[in-house]
Amino acid sequence: MSTDRPGQLTPSQTVGPYLALGLPWPDGPDVVPEGTPGAVTIGGTVYDGAGEPVVDAMIETWQADPDGRFDHPDDPRGARTPAVEGFRGFGRAATDDRGRWSVRTVLPGALPVFDALPVFDGAADVREAPHIDVSVFARGLLDRLVTRIYLPGNAEANAADPLLSSVPAERRGTLVAVAEAPDRYRFDIRLRGDGETVFLQI
Amino acid sequence: MAQPAERTPTLPPYAPVPEGTHAPLDFPGYRSTGLRAPVRQPVILPHRLTEVTGPLLTGPIRPGDDDLTLGEHGEAQGQRIIVFGRVADSDGRPVPDTLVEIWQANAAGRYAHRWDDWPAPLDPNFTGGGRVLTDAHGDYSFTTIKPGAYPWGNHHNAWRPAHIHFSLFGRAFTQRLVTQMYFPDDPLFAQDPIYNSVPEGARERMISTFDLDATRPEWALAFRFDIVLRGREQTPFEEPHA
Repeated sequence: MSTDRPGQLTPSQTVGPYLALGLPWPDGPDVVPEGTPGAVTIGGTVYDGAGEPVVDAMIETWQADPDGRFDHPDDPRGARTPAVEGFRGFGRAATDDRGRWSVRTVLPGALPVFDALPVFDGAADVREAPHIDVSVFARGLLDRLVTRIYLPGNAEANAADPLLSSVPAERRGTLVAVAEAPDRYRFDIRLRGDGETVFLQI
Repeated sequence: MAQPAERTPTLPPYAPVPEGTHAPLDFPGYRSTGLRAPVRQPVILPHRLTEVTGPLLTGPIRPGDDDLTLGEHGEAQGQRIIVFGRVADSDGRPVPDTLVEIWQANAAGRYAHRWDDWPAPLDPNFTGGGRVLTDAHGDYSFTTIKPGAYPWGNHHNAWRPAHIHFSLFGRAFTQRLVTQMYFPDDPLFAQDPIYNSVPEGARERMISTFDLDATRPEWALAFRFDIVLRGREQTPFEEPHA
């Protein structure tokens, strides 16, 4: 296949059961360094369709900083140094022998909606509620699953969020973390069946 | 042409994945999908700020992470090979400075993982993980050994074709990809549900090509594996990275 001209997409394949040999790294779950003021832990358990914990999964997270900014050149507002020192925006955590995962981070800020299409007529007052994009990888998943974490303290913003609004009301709860303590949120992921997490097509 | 200041800033959205590219999540021939593939249809997530950005990781990479043959006590056993290629998007734009991660079984088809217990020998000098960044042209290269095939119990006498797992980020959350690279003319393709879960016409893109010109004389064979990540919509927008 030549790469001098447009190519056809490489297909996805499963990570299989042995992703631990290649993917996790020691500070993978540290979206912010230890000791960061305002840091919270977000994590939970991944369950399969039989309600059993998934012990060979990996979760990745990607989010804005507390000001709703990204240190990335494709942010049309311009890349900006994160508001929190050492903020990476990205977290990676393999599940443990009880199917649990967690990352240490700071809560993201709200985001303006810039629509992708040039014909967009600009609903300037539309905001995306603070959220974290999530990828789920595991044996048995032939492609990653994508979902989002929203936060329970943002009821008003969540009610106005364009994505949450597009999800049937009875399933929205699967996208909202549960506050277990001021610095601790639970976000369980159910791959299949009862209470199945809402997964997203991007 | 400069954008008028009052215009709503536009994002570079990513093109939809064409039908026939990826495997269906629910693929009964691969038994592990049975309890793990979601039943419900996914909800469409339009590409907004979080999706068109992504981690631009430069680590964690240590010297030697691109050479899997260098063991703690000596060189790994097996056929030494160079696995190399270019990472580009579907518009043909190379993806520079992006993290490529690989993991694989050893020459005997055994993973250095506590759950892999089939009776093939472990190699104390082969752990099977590697990392590298693409260069300014999107090119990457690993030195490793050719992995062996192995049985896996999915169905009677099931064997995985030799493969290397690849993980890629690109520059946006939308471009994240995990795949497997295969070797040319493997007689095990026909009975492998993971390979065959990908639609015909697309699965062949996962097969590397033998490249005589890239072999290193008196040293190593070479296989080329080019990877194509999602490109952008064909809509006009300012191109700041031309």
